[in-house]
Amino acid sequence: MKIAQAGTIESNDALVIVSPSDKLIVEIDSIVFDKFGDAINQVIVDTLKEHQITCKVVVKDKGAYDYTIKARLITALRRAQNE
Amino acid sequence: MKRINSYNELFNLLNVEDDLTVSFHHHLRNGDYVLNKTMLELDKLNIKNLTLAASGIFNAHEPIVPLIEKGTISSIYTNYLNGPVAKVVSEGKLKDKLIMQTHGGRPRSIEEGELVIDIAFIAVSAVDKSGNGNGTDGSTVLGALGYSISDVEKAKQVVLITDTVVDELSYVEIDGKYVDYVLVLDEIGDQFLIQSGTTSITRNPVSLKIARDTVSVIEETGYLKNGLSFQTGAGGTSLAVAKYLKKKMIKNNIKGSFASGGITGYLVDMLEEGLFDELYDVQCFDLDAVRSLKKNKNHHLMSASEYANPLTSPIVDKLDIMILGATEIDVNFNVNVTTASDGYIIGGSGGHSDTAAGSKLAIVVTNLVKARTPIIVDEVLTKTTPGKDIDILVTEYGIAINPLRGDLLNKLEDSELKIKTIEELRSIASNLVGKEKRLKKSNDVIGYVEYRDGNIIDKIYKV
Repeated sequence: MKIAQAGTIESNDALVIVSPSDKLIVEIDSIVFDKFGDAINQVIVDTLKEHQITCKVVVKDKGAYDYTIKARLITALRRAQNE
Repeated sequence: MKRINSYNELFNLLNVEDDLTVSFHHHLRNGDYVLNKTMLELDKLNIKNLTLAASGIFNAHEPIVPLIEKGTISSIYTNYLNGPVAKVVSEGKLKDKLIMQTHGGRPRSIEEGELVIDIAFIAVSAVDKSGNGNGTDGSTVLGALGYSISDVEKAKQVVLITDTVVDELSYVEIDGKYVDYVLVLDEIGDQFLIQSGTTSITRNPVSLKIARDTVSVIEETGYLKNGLSFQTGAGGTSLAVAKYLKKKMIKNNIKGSFASGGITGYLVDMLEEGLFDELYDVQCFDLDAVRSLKKNKNHHLMSASEYANPLTSPIVDKLDIMILGATEIDVNFNVNVTTASDGYIIGGSGGHSDTAAGSKLAIVVTNLVKARTPIIVDEVLTKTTPGKDIDILVTEYGIAINPLRGDLLNKLEDSELKIKTIEELRSIASNLVGKEKRLKKSNDVIGYVEYRDGNIIDKIYKV
């Protein structure tokens, strides 16, 4: 695994950056952190579990919905592993 | 009337002491030097517990933050509060109270003697030798000065502050008979930032759809007719409504009676194209409005009192159609434009609740959700405008009619527009954003929302 990213910092989107790590680290910077910080964390943890991957995830969120964050994370993981 | 050139000289003449109420208008918007300079000069005299009665407070007023923190300013009356001052007030740094008024409530309270102003500091772009003033002659152009008129008429002492003295004004808006002193400074504001309130019409397709549907709902409810009167906020979507309304008026050969409020070049075009007979102008949002004010005899100045004071049969009470924005709107149609969803103060009524109450058709236009923050909520954080005064909500997911307006519901019975209940729109929003943690309000009240008639309709809590 190498460092990779997906997404943008446009409104309603999120930029997700993944990098190698032995333990799970999630860093969230969100304009709606107070209301949705927990929800964003949950999506990340669940998605990593589904893919059985442990790594570091940095999210810069501009109010993306859960499905957007999930899609950005999956794309970042593919880029980190394949290419 | 005495003309002077320095604050020192001015304060020797004025009786300046603790606990005074000093007032300002916001026609310099984000280019305002006058409020800051005056308050900082007052602070040098080591006085305290001043009440600041400013019709609007913006980003530009950051320099007065330390004066709030140390108690030079201990109370604030305003209609709109944004920027760094809003932040420290939200965090509970203001010693006494914050009263959020409306554009009509402010002149009402001044004229009724509820809000007593000791010294009004009134920025004008030019004065003549008799102490008359206006907002468009001179080198720094402000436009109409509507929000200052009650202050000028009722304050115990009135100081005009300008950078230009002329032999003759092109017209008089501030009557010299009320003026005690004229203070001439090198500059009163930053012309570029004074105009920066100018908004352009949105190109966002979602906003444009909302605007188009709004014009359709105006037409289907029977309000698109000869003699219509119209006002819109300066938000992007609100202005887009003006654009589509104009198209529709031309297509259907409709001629309106008047448009009012803050005037933009867009409304000036409609006046000059004969789509409205008259403009009633309380503040000019751009230089096109200023030019029109000087040129068009049907472009009228109005004071804030004539605009919205509920005791004077104001222009807002003659309005047919009012287009409004919302930071939040709840299932009872209450609107919040005072606080953000994190509890911080980000604005205030301005003319929101005056126009909603006065107009026959008050329409809120907004996206259903903005950046994962639902605009429709179960209960607004702060009630700026009561739900009884809002008739229609238009979003990209559908249109909700206030159940109090059965007449509108009847007219829209066979409409092809997407008419939904506001509860339906609320649940669409909830489903989109997912499970959200509600903000817990603190118990510390830091301010009050005053309705146009002076009744307190909500409290603002410390963040």
